[in-house]
Amino acid sequence: FYKASCLSSFRMQELLKWNGWGYNDSKFIFNKKGQAEFTGKRYRLGGMVLPTFKEWIEKTFGASLEHKTTSRASLNVNDVPPSIVNEEFLQDLRATKISYSQDAEDRVFRAHGHCLHEIFVLREGMFKRIPDIVVWPVCHEDVVKIVELACKHNLCIIPFGGGTSVSSALECPEEEKRTIVSLDTSQMNRILWIDEKNLTACVEAGIVGQDLEKQLAESGFCTGHEPDSMEFSSLGGWVATRASGMKKNIYGNIEDLVIHIKMVTPRGIVEKNCQVPRMSTGPDIHHFIMGSEGTLGVVTEVTIKIRPVPEYQKYGSVVFPNFERGVACLREVAKQRCAPASIRLVDNAQFQFGHALKPQVASIFTSFLDGLKKFYITKFKGFDPNILCVATLLFEGDREKVLQHEKQVYDIATKFGGLAAGEDNGQRGYMLTFVIAYIRDLGLDYYVIGESFETSVPWDRVLDLCRNVKERIVRECKEKGVQFAPLSTCRVTQTYDAGACVYFYFAFNYRGISDPIHVYEQIERAAREEILANGGSLSHHHGVGKLRKRWMKESISDVGLGMLRSVKEYVDPNNIFGNKNLL
Amino acid sequence: MALSSCSLSHSFFICSQQKELTSKKRDEFEDILEERRLSSDLRYAMKCYTPVIYKGLSPCKPNAIKSAVLQSEQVQYVIKQLAKEMGESPDIIQEEAMEILDEMGHSMQLGAVRFFAFTLSKIFKQLFQRVCVNEEGMQRLQHAIQEHPVVLLPSHRSYVDFLMLSYLLYTYDLALPVIAAGIDFLGMKIVGELLRRAGAFFMRRSFGGNRLYWAVFSEYVKTMLRSGYAPIEFFLEGTRSRTAKTLTPKFGLLSIVMEPFLKREVFDTYLVPISISYERILEESLYAYELLGVPKPKESTSGLLKARRILSDNFGTIHIYVGQPVSLRTLASGRINRCPYNLVPRHLPQKPSEDIQEFVSDVAYKMELLQIENMVLSPWVLVAAILLQNLPAMDFELLIEKTLWLKGLTQTFGGFIEWPDNLCARKAVLSGLTLHANIARLVDGHVVLNDKGLEDGAVGEIVFKRALAILMCATYRNQLLNVFVRPSLVAVALQMTRSFRKEEVYSCFSFLRDVFSDEFIFFPGISLKDFEEGCFLLTKCDAIQTSQQEIYPTDKGSVIVSFLSAMFKPFVEGYQLIFRYLSKETKEAFTEKQLIPGVRNFVFQLLEKGNTQCYEALSSDMQKNALAALVQLGAVKKKKIVETLLWDPATKFLNSLAGCFCLPLPFGFQSFSQGFDKQREQSCLFLIEGLLCVLE
Repeated sequence: FYKASCLSSFRMQELLKWNGWGYNDSKFIFNKKGQAEFTGKRYRLGGMVLPTFKEWIEKTFGASLEHKTTSRASLNVNDVPPSIVNEEFLQDLRATKISYSQDAEDRVFRAHGHCLHEIFVLREGMFKRIPDIVVWPVCHEDVVKIVELACKHNLCIIPFGGGTSVSSALECPEEEKRTIVSLDTSQMNRILWIDEKNLTACVEAGIVGQDLEKQLAESGFCTGHEPDSMEFSSLGGWVATRASGMKKNIYGNIEDLVIHIKMVTPRGIVEKNCQVPRMSTGPDIHHFIMGSEGTLGVVTEVTIKIRPVPEYQKYGSVVFPNFERGVACLREVAKQRCAPASIRLVDNAQFQFGHALKPQVASIFTSFLDGLKKFYITKFKGFDPNILCVATLLFEGDREKVLQHEKQVYDIATKFGGLAAGEDNGQRGYMLTFVIAYIRDLGLDYYVIGESFETSVPWDRVLDLCRNVKERIVRECKEKGVQFAPLSTCRVTQTYDAGACVYFYFAFNYRGISDPIHVYEQIERAAREEILANGGSLSHHHGVGKLRKRWMKESISDVGLGMLRSVKEYVDPNNIFGNKNLL
Repeated sequence: MALSSCSLSHSFFICSQQKELTSKKRDEFEDILEERRLSSDLRYAMKCYTPVIYKGLSPCKPNAIKSAVLQSEQVQYVIKQLAKEMGESPDIIQEEAMEILDEMGHSMQLGAVRFFAFTLSKIFKQLFQRVCVNEEGMQRLQHAIQEHPVVLLPSHRSYVDFLMLSYLLYTYDLALPVIAAGIDFLGMKIVGELLRRAGAFFMRRSFGGNRLYWAVFSEYVKTMLRSGYAPIEFFLEGTRSRTAKTLTPKFGLLSIVMEPFLKREVFDTYLVPISISYERILEESLYAYELLGVPKPKESTSGLLKARRILSDNFGTIHIYVGQPVSLRTLASGRINRCPYNLVPRHLPQKPSEDIQEFVSDVAYKMELLQIENMVLSPWVLVAAILLQNLPAMDFELLIEKTLWLKGLTQTFGGFIEWPDNLCARKAVLSGLTLHANIARLVDGHVVLNDKGLEDGAVGEIVFKRALAILMCATYRNQLLNVFVRPSLVAVALQMTRSFRKEEVYSCFSFLRDVFSDEFIFFPGISLKDFEEGCFLLTKCDAIQTSQQEIYPTDKGSVIVSFLSAMFKPFVEGYQLIFRYLSKETKEAFTEKQLIPGVRNFVFQLLEKGNTQCYEALSSDMQKNALAALVQLGAVKKKKIVETLLWDPATKFLNSLAGCFCLPLPFGFQSFSQGFDKQREQSCLFLIEGLLCVLE
């Protein structure tokens, strides 16, 4: 057995923020000089001063350091709804020796994901309904016992992995009268075995991404599955939401990676009889499980594909004169099927955003070089700094093949007017995805609220969708009385044969609005309507949860919804897994 | 019964909204000719012209658009399809597409625009006293052009329409539109090419079956729209209305310009209704001849030159009201819920779904109703309406009195009359008579129609002359009709049913509305709302009182009610004649070409014998509308046999109810409720009796 690490303590909230994203020690602050700084040592950006960030915030949002909101400092235990658990169940539970807690902090921590409204509630209010009890099974058998008990006592179970949901999937249904059990999988975090001959590993579903990769790396392997939340999100969560990883071009999305899933349901255990690359035995039951969002049971063990850790990694970036050319280039790369491990295209607003996060440069030489680069691109090549956009690249594999691959991609980029813009820009682009969630917490302190959302869309509609959704956001803000122009920006984050995944960031300064969350939700909803009208999907990888349920029928048709419902009815007739997601 | 009190009260709510609508303040007008009379036309034509343009536009030449169209996936797809089907080489079809484009495409040049700016200044100053424009509308348009692609939808009464509109946009330094024009203009040698250079593009009159033409044409329009190249202008009515009544809309071009938004290729599209009202229509007598079957002269340059003599004539004032730009996105929100274009690549030619077709039709009607709302009515329009009810001669003083009375009524109904506060009624009527001396004149204190060209001519000659004068006069009365149609049909229904029960009056109203659906503009499917609006307006002018169940004309209201029904009497009577002809005189299927002269002769004979006074039944416009209504009601069927359309009357119905209006009644009723029960049958018979009574 391999040992689990830091995040697997029973009380992970001690390491993590209770009312925001990520680690307690990592956050954006304004230092005494009024300059932005990122604290902590966990990230490359840690301890660095970001000289232009403040100006960017002021310019982009009309926000000012003088107008500050403050979150309450800590959880007020008196506000927390009481834990109601019947004594018979507690007796049965104690008999199983499974750890549990009815502590308010433990329960509140597992009552939410990271949607804006959830964080806002943590900062300024309290959830109406939270779990009554948290249980920590340590293995598959524990889960079987808990589900049996829940059936016996008619309780509601909500599985909890890393808690990084952004679809309201973890919120407890307010009207749930039964005892709600939060089933925290964090103690099921072992790699059970590694099969080097078949390149698979069997892993308990509670392991979080970074631990999984760290531990596999000790044996020279990796899964290559790197969703942006991989520091905190769990394997079981990936399966339950149909997750997608940044490097899916090499390793595939979760549905490509999974070889076998074991899931405990009220009906019993569902699994297959073998661990094979493919089988033709009717519809694949894995596809009932992947994306089931905790409505059918608890994923306990997953056999997942592994690969040797790549010999060489290289970042890169390309500047395009405009977004249209950039998208055309990505389309061509996808067509030639030569996409690097990751290729992303950010629009101009996001390019400037990334630029604002540039740390203070150490030497005059670097700043001179930066100036020269800027001069070359804007003056010599005639790119308009307010129109140009940037693609970031990540190559992985044998050194020789990487270099060859790199050349191929840069050659294509050249055909679309692209200019290579260095490794550093590329790397900073990827860093941005890990720190962006921290930036939201900073924004919240200064009346700026925001969120990201995503979709997938056929290639021919990418440009129209990006333009229309961004425009819709701007218009809706104006109509809803938002007094400052919003940040409305997008990037193409994944390429496929038939289309792309597009990610939007949307944030605005809510000073002068009495009910910012409501306004925010209305605008987000309008943006989603716009996506659907433009031929985009309801979700590429965030899932549906409760946030996007209203569009499910439209998305998969009445019959399709009925098919899913009938599975739910068979597997969980008493709705033990009653988080009300999806259906 | 289809009428529930619940839906009545609901629609009353809509009605009270209507009230605000009609009493809203309208923009002020400015005369653009005033400045032209004061400063040099040449300098004006050579002025620095730098119009505001669409924010997303990257400027390009007309030829670049053509090649973009030719290379587009849409056109290439159809070319390949046709090549495959016909076993031809794609190059040949591509060649054909290129020819179509060359025939169709505009080649806007500033030089031509300046030429027009100069000559039109000269001509307009000759022809018109004033050209009045609402400047606020121009400002709104200016904003709209920068924001989203814009489609200009003017009313169409004259060839002057599109010349005037371009002239106007040039004057206000706005982007000049590209204009969909009929291919017939290309028949005019130099003029056709000149128009092309001024931004006209040419469409064939019918190309439904020609897939290549359709593909090239629609892609050409859409390419210009998507890129925001220029505002696109076309006439919803499809052709000049010869009667000054708004024609029912054509949907083809509208559905083309709506498509880029529906496919989300653009964020939004602005539709701008524009109402152009003429105090005196340039083509008035041509139209009257045409309606009586004397064919319209083919567009030719020499014809145009011959028309020069009209330059010495006075055509009064033109009012151009540029309406509020209507956002297509706003119209569609909540309407088009499912995404009909998501499951098929957007470049494939796709028949629009029923939802979309219905939406296009609703938008078309809405835009026409907006045009109607902002049409400016001159005092002469009122005079014409009164005169037609008082033929052959009317006391001048009485006419003045009546005109003033009708002015009040029109304003109550929301009509937009151009009548300066300080203008006395006498002067208004007199100036109308002066301007329209060709139609009516003052003789010994009486106003008479100008129909006496040949005092001692043959009977036929007299009838024809009289018909000409009446049709011309009707052209002006007609401008009132769309303001009056809802209350008037309620008035007609009241007289026909001779009942006060709301349900019965509504049944009759609804039937009339169906019968006249091609004659007047009704928003589809809101019969009840129209009825409520009609009742509301009649209540507003104290003509009727309504309770939950009943409608009573007031004592004072009988004047109004009978005036209103008399106003629409020519239509009721005309339709009756046409139906009678159809049921008596035709046994077999007929073509439109056979029908029109047939009805005309039939009515002509009746007029000659003095058996009817309904001269308007001679109008080919009314005959066509009646036929269309019968087709819609199911009393006549349309058949297509080898390229010719045949109409097949359902002789069984025609015979069994020979000679009366009631012929298509059962069908009329079906349109607002399913089944056909005893009760309704009775009310039908009741209606028929009432109708005959009114008519005899």
